[in-house]
Formats: sequence, C-alpha cells, structure tokens
Amino acid sequence: MRYAAQRLAQAIPVFFATTFLIYAMVFALPGDPILALAGDKPVPEQVLAVMRARYHLDEPLLVQYGRYMLGVFQGNLGETFTGQPVSELLQDRWSVTAQLALTAWIFELAVGIGLGVLAGLRRGGAADTAVLAGTTFVIAVPVFVVGYTAQIVLGLNLGLFPTAGTDEGWPGSYLLPGMVLGSFGLAYVARLTRTSLVENLRADYVRTATAKGLSRRRVVGLHALRNSLIPVVTYLGVDFGNLMAGAVVTEGIFNLPGIGQQVFQSIQLQEGPVVVGVVTLLVMIFILANLAVDLLYGVLDPRIRRARA
Amino acid sequence: MLARDAWAELRGRVIFWFSAAVLLVALAMAAFPGLFARLGPNEACNLRMSKHGPADGALFGYDLQGCDYWSQVVHGTRASIVVGVAVTVFALLISIVLGLVGGYYGGVADALISRITDVFFGIPFVLGATVVLVAFPDHGIWAMTLVLVLLGWTTMTRLMRGQVIAVKDMDFVAAARMLGARDRRLMFRHILPNAIAPVIVVAMLNVGNVIAGEATLDYLGVGLQYPDVSWGLQLNIAQTFFADHPHLLVFPALFLTATVLSFLMLGDVVRDALDPRLR
Repeated sequence: MRYAAQRLAQAIPVFFATTFLIYAMVFALPGDPILALAGDKPVPEQVLAVMRARYHLDEPLLVQYGRYMLGVFQGNLGETFTGQPVSELLQDRWSVTAQLALTAWIFELAVGIGLGVLAGLRRGGAADTAVLAGTTFVIAVPVFVVGYTAQIVLGLNLGLFPTAGTDEGWPGSYLLPGMVLGSFGLAYVARLTRTSLVENLRADYVRTATAKGLSRRRVVGLHALRNSLIPVVTYLGVDFGNLMAGAVVTEGIFNLPGIGQQVFQSIQLQEGPVVVGVVTLLVMIFILANLAVDLLYGVLDPRIRRARA
Repeated sequence: MLARDAWAELRGRVIFWFSAAVLLVALAMAAFPGLFARLGPNEACNLRMSKHGPADGALFGYDLQGCDYWSQVVHGTRASIVVGVAVTVFALLISIVLGLVGGYYGGVADALISRITDVFFGIPFVLGATVVLVAFPDHGIWAMTLVLVLLGWTTMTRLMRGQVIAVKDMDFVAAARMLGARDRRLMFRHILPNAIAPVIVVAMLNVGNVIAGEATLDYLGVGLQYPDVSWGLQLNIAQTFFADHPHLLVFPALFLTATVLSFLMLGDVVRDALDPRLR
C-alpha cells in the first residue's frame, strides 16, 4: 500500500510536467490562430484584442495552462477557435480508437504470448526458428506497408475482411486494422515471452518442481510462465498507450474516424485546443497504464512485493 | 576477452555476414550514390513516363514525376542512414552522460534525471514529433534528427542507469577506489566499459527503429519535403497509386525493410554473442 502511494506521488509531477510540455509546444507554435481564422482578410485591432481576451491568449503561458488543467479536471477540454466544445468533437471518435486499440491489444496478448510459449518450449526447433524469423521481419516492415498490403490482399483480393470504414461495427470492421496495428507489438511480445521463458525453464525452481513429480503442464503453466510474464506485462502496459497514439497511421489507411485522424487534421490546421486535449488524455492513459503495471508486478511476483515493502 | 569471444561467435553466424553485407551496400549508397545511380536526384525526369512500370533501361520503372525510379530510390538511402545513425549516436551520448551521472551519484541528481526521463518517455512519438515538425515547416534533415533525438533518448538512458547501478558496487570498482581513483576515472575507465554492452546492442536495434520512424513521418507528410529524396516520401506518394502501380510501393518498401531488418538482425546476433547465458 505504501508502495502504491509512493508510485502515485511520483506519477503526479510527471503528469503535470508532460502535459505542460505538450501545452507549451502546441501553443508556442509560430502562427496566430486568430489571424488564421480570418483567412486573407485584415482583422481590426479591436476584434483581435477581444478574441485574444476571450480565449485567454493574452495571459502568460503558465496561467493559461493552469486555467486549462482546472477545466480538464471538471471534464471540460475547452473549445476550438470556432466555438465547438472539444469534448463534443471527440466523443464519437474516442470509441472508434479505443475499440481499435483494444482489438490490437487483445491480438498482441493472445497470439503474441501463444507464439512465444510455442517457440520457447522447443528452443532451436522448427517452430522457434519460424517465430524468430517471422517476428524480426514483422518488426522491420513499416506499419503502413503492412497495412496497405493487408488491405489489398486480405481485404480486396480475398474478400476476407471489409477494406475500410466502420460499417460492420465491432469486431468485423476492426479485425484487420487491429491486426495491422498490433503486428509490431505482437512480434515484441512473442520475442519477450520466448526469451524470458527460455531463461526461466533453466532455473533451479523449475527443476525442483519437475523433481517433485509435477506434470509438465503444471510446471510450465504455473511456475515458469508466471515468472516469465513479468517483462511481458510491462511491455503490454506501456504498449496500450502507444497503440492509442500510434493509431494515426492505421486509421488513415482503413479510413476509421478515430481520434488519430482528428488530431492529425487538427495539427495541420493549427487547432491547438484539440491537439492538447487529445494528447493530455493520451498521456493520462499512458501514465495510468504504467502505474497499473507496477502494481501488477507485486501480484505476479511476491519477491518484488516483499522487497519493496 | 569478452570481445574476442564475441567476435569468434559472430564470425560463425551467417546472419551476421548477411546483415553486415547489406549494411555495407546501404552505407556505400548513402555515401556515394553516384556509383549506383545513373542520374542525380530529380534529374532528367520526363512527365510523359509518369508511373510507367519497369522496362528496358529503367529497372524499377518511373515515379510520379517520370524520374528514373532506381536512381531516386538509391538517392533516398542517404536520408534514412544519416538520420538513423545520427539520432542514435546523439541519443547514445546523452544516455551515457545522464546514465552515469544518475546511476553513479544517486540522490537528488538521480531522482531529477529519472523524472525528466519519465516526462519525455510519456510523450507519444508520432503525435509529439508531428506537433514540433508542423510548427517549423522549413525543416531539413538536421531538424528531423533533433526532433527524433528529443523523443528517443529515454529508453537507452534508463537502461544505462540500471547498468551503472548494477556495476558500481562490484568488487573491482571498490578496489579501484581504494587505490585512489577519482569519480571521473571510476566512471569512465572502470564502470562504463563494463556497463555499456547491452546499451550498444539496444543502440543497434535503435538505428533500425529510428529509420522506420523517420519514414513514418515522411509518409504522413510532416517529415522531409520535396525536393528532398527519401524512401518515406516515395511511399507517401505511392499510397495514392499503389493499387494500379505497385512498383511505386514495392521498391522503396523493399530497400527500407532490408535496411531496417539488417540493423535489427545485427543487433540480435551481437546480443547473442555478448550474452553467454543464452548459448
């Protein structure tokens, strides 16, 4: 419990520092959004002043940031320069990205750990070689190449999946994009599981368990695998945030109306409030996931729990 | 001793020679593109040949502007190699300094460095890079390098710090200290050489990841811009036409994948060679 509190105390300043950094980066961008609103027409000084005051653009950056974070904790992400609330803009889009990231994550978790165990149990065997070669290849091919190839071959030519859009809902429309998005992480999870399992299978406690007469299934499943999953859990925790943020490319290829597409458009249109809103929420998810992972360690490995107490 | 063992192990691996050969060719292409390409970048383009497939005299066909695609793809090598290597070298230097200082001295310095690392670790890569790059539209290859260093130094720093903490309490460090070695000598002569091996491995893997990341930003249209030539830019253009003109996608993707793959495989075999536990 003390450990949990300590971790939380560390996470809070990190959260504020990261979000402030993003805030400063976005709003320190050259270019005046109020002038941009008017296009090529000249803007009268008074209008400029009124608009700047209305959006608090005339205050110091730190004050603006403080005002903004106060709003965020009340569920108010601010509004765009055209007056639309950011939270309204993102409402439908969050669910698309969350479904996509979740599909990818489940895919990574199930298939990745499965392949890793398959390879790790028979190190040097045919399955092991195939998994190692396959995962290295998947890591090396850029995700947009994987995406387009999958879309053409599996979607268009073979007709196994819908090629674009969200018409079929979950899971139909999200299976192929989820697999593409999760392919990179899947390769990492498989390799981590394999390496970790190989090391643990040689440990003394596994030999002891075998010598006690436990079945192979029990030795591997309960003793070796549980310890081997610690680095894998770390990776999966960090990766959920990455998946949400990395969805930009996948959403573009499969035309999914998620936050990735929205935020990318907003960056190019200099819609600062949307960018900051999305990235702030992403950072929050990322830090919470990391925190959850740290607390999960203790559940998986009692040694860590005691050492830290 | 370790280095000689590792070399003996490496020498026997086919994968090592294969990836080293691919990387040598890629480095040569980056340094002397004229040796491989008939034409300069964006030279002698003929719009009439736009998107034509491979034919006699044009092994890879023509790109959207009707330029010889083989020459264009060869010239694209430099951007990827320069960014990949430069970003990794700078990130490695940062991680060595911060890792040594944080891990060796501990206390306030360590806490501060660790928290700053956490802050940068929490920024999403694609979105963070896009925000900065859009703010400075006239960026060239070195601005790209700076942005990628800014977002990419954290993993190696964490690893380096962990390594330093593990090594600094070993007997040989205590012995050197008793012989009167100062902090700086301890750090650079005794701790660093014994702590750096895993960091070097991660750095090699990192070159591949940075190259892929740079290509992703180019592909999204926020990275390098015409008239620069890079594989990511070629893939950016290919996305609109690849269904009917697959050669536009296939060739830069092939070069990109081969280069990234070679760095990853090299990192893998070097790790195996340095880590006798897995033998």
